[in-house]
Amino acid sequence: MTLRIQTASFDLGQEVDALRQGRTDIGAIASFVGLARDYNDGSGVTAMTLEHYPGMTEKMLATLIDEAHARWSLLGVTVVHRVGRLLPGDPIVLVAVASSHRGDAFAACEYLMDALKTRAPFWKKETTPSGERWVEARASDNAAVARWETD
Amino acid sequence: MTLRVLYFARLRERLGVAEETLEFAGSTVADLIAQLQVRGGVWAGELGAGQAFRVAVDQDIVSFDAVIPDAAEVAIFPPVTGG
Repeated sequence: MTLRIQTASFDLGQEVDALRQGRTDIGAIASFVGLARDYNDGSGVTAMTLEHYPGMTEKMLATLIDEAHARWSLLGVTVVHRVGRLLPGDPIVLVAVASSHRGDAFAACEYLMDALKTRAPFWKKETTPSGERWVEARASDNAAVARWETD
Repeated sequence: MTLRVLYFARLRERLGVAEETLEFAGSTVADLIAQLQVRGGVWAGELGAGQAFRVAVDQDIVSFDAVIPDAAEVAIFPPVTGG
């Protein structure tokens, strides 16, 4: 498991290489990268600042990764989440999941992102032409994570 | 007992405090919220009925009927928006 909270950017290729380094038992790696958009809720966004709860963030993400391991057959997981000031186009979050077959990798990757969005203590503040505003939680994110409870 | 209470994001800004240590004579999270609401003003507004916020005790999200242990680290924050 690789789990990092950082202000610096990250490179998807490097993270995937690290995830599979020295292994030949991995048959599938699914990855997701979330990016800072230049538009949200009817307004342009020129920058965003990400705040988190140091300590709880790492603990919660480790819990989510443990849950994914318990549910699917996984050979490795990498989660990287940035904090601090980001500009449109900057990568925010990366989740990469290695498994023997694609099904578990796809499912666990999507689960981890859905769970992260509703349970990991990060908060976004956007800079817009009319000032700064905190992003409000979305009902669609709660619906997305609720899908995983029906099994 | 003594508690360390942390506030994050929108709540930290509106309440004007990131962290405080306070004396707590109650038992549950609901008791603590009631104690903070008594301060009035922005405290009563931000932590009042109908406001969406979460509470973590020792870095686990808990419900309002959870008992707070002595010397706990309590955090109060808005619904999360990462990812």
